[in-house]
Amino acid sequence: MANRLPDPSFAGREYPATAPYSVGREKIREFATAVGAVHPAHHDLVAARGSGYPDLVAPPTFAVVVAQRAEAQYIQDPEAGVDFSRVVHADERFTHHRPVVAGDELVTVLHVDSVTHRAGIAMVTTRCEVAAVTPDGTEPVSTVTSSLVIRGEDA
Amino acid sequence: MTTRPALADLTVGDVVATRTVELDRAALVRYAGASGDLNPIHWDESFAVEVGLPGVIAHGMLTMGSVVGPVVDWAGDPGAVVSYQTRFTKPVPVPARGTAAVEVTATVGAVDADAGTARIDLAVTHDGVKVLGRAQAVVRL
Repeated sequence: MANRLPDPSFAGREYPATAPYSVGREKIREFATAVGAVHPAHHDLVAARGSGYPDLVAPPTFAVVVAQRAEAQYIQDPEAGVDFSRVVHADERFTHHRPVVAGDELVTVLHVDSVTHRAGIAMVTTRCEVAAVTPDGTEPVSTVTSSLVIRGEDA
Repeated sequence: MTTRPALADLTVGDVVATRTVELDRAALVRYAGASGDLNPIHWDESFAVEVGLPGVIAHGMLTMGSVVGPVVDWAGDPGAVVSYQTRFTKPVPVPARGTAAVEVTATVGAVDADAGTARIDLAVTHDGVKVLGRAQAVVRL
């Protein structure tokens, strides 16, 4: 196990869509409170509807809740070789196709975009394509890209 | 109803919002629960030190999630943020007692009249040290 780093052969892997995550009003309020998001559209249904939304609107980083669940499929896979005690979160990017709102049923497809090694350090980039279930299929909601740096034991 | 800013009124370099975000240990526990990120480096001092950190640190995603609030409030609509990205350059250590102050200044970085969007650049520091790099939110106005 000396200097174990993530297996580069996982790059390009795509996982099956997750089971739907049901976005609840109280979850949006709880997450908004946790990040100090005070805009009424996160908390007050009348305000959210007054702004043209069907229900409470999630804060801009809420999609991380579903993305991290999807990423766990890869990160917690022992074969992937990601030692979580050596992980540092390097960057995060959200592209919103539309805001997340309460009532959404979100399904996520996880992609491992790259796994690279350099000088005992590995960098892993994952991409979560988050979509809402609709009567006809799914509708894109957010793309969440996350990069992790993993230090090898000698680094 | 709040009055929403107009794209035509924005000039690159305008400061649109500033805020000080105070993070204490309770805030970290609350975020851990709300987000599902239970990594012990955010609540277990001895574990954090064992893995080479100065102590318990804030979730990068808590810092990222907290500092966009002033942009949302300025834009007047949480759905106006069409993209948001950052690099995590330095950790924010949070003491067992008291708070860690994170300072945010949001500045107009670019205006795209054709797309109807403005890029808001966030300068985010703790103890005078930059903790987020290239923190940018694109807002549709």
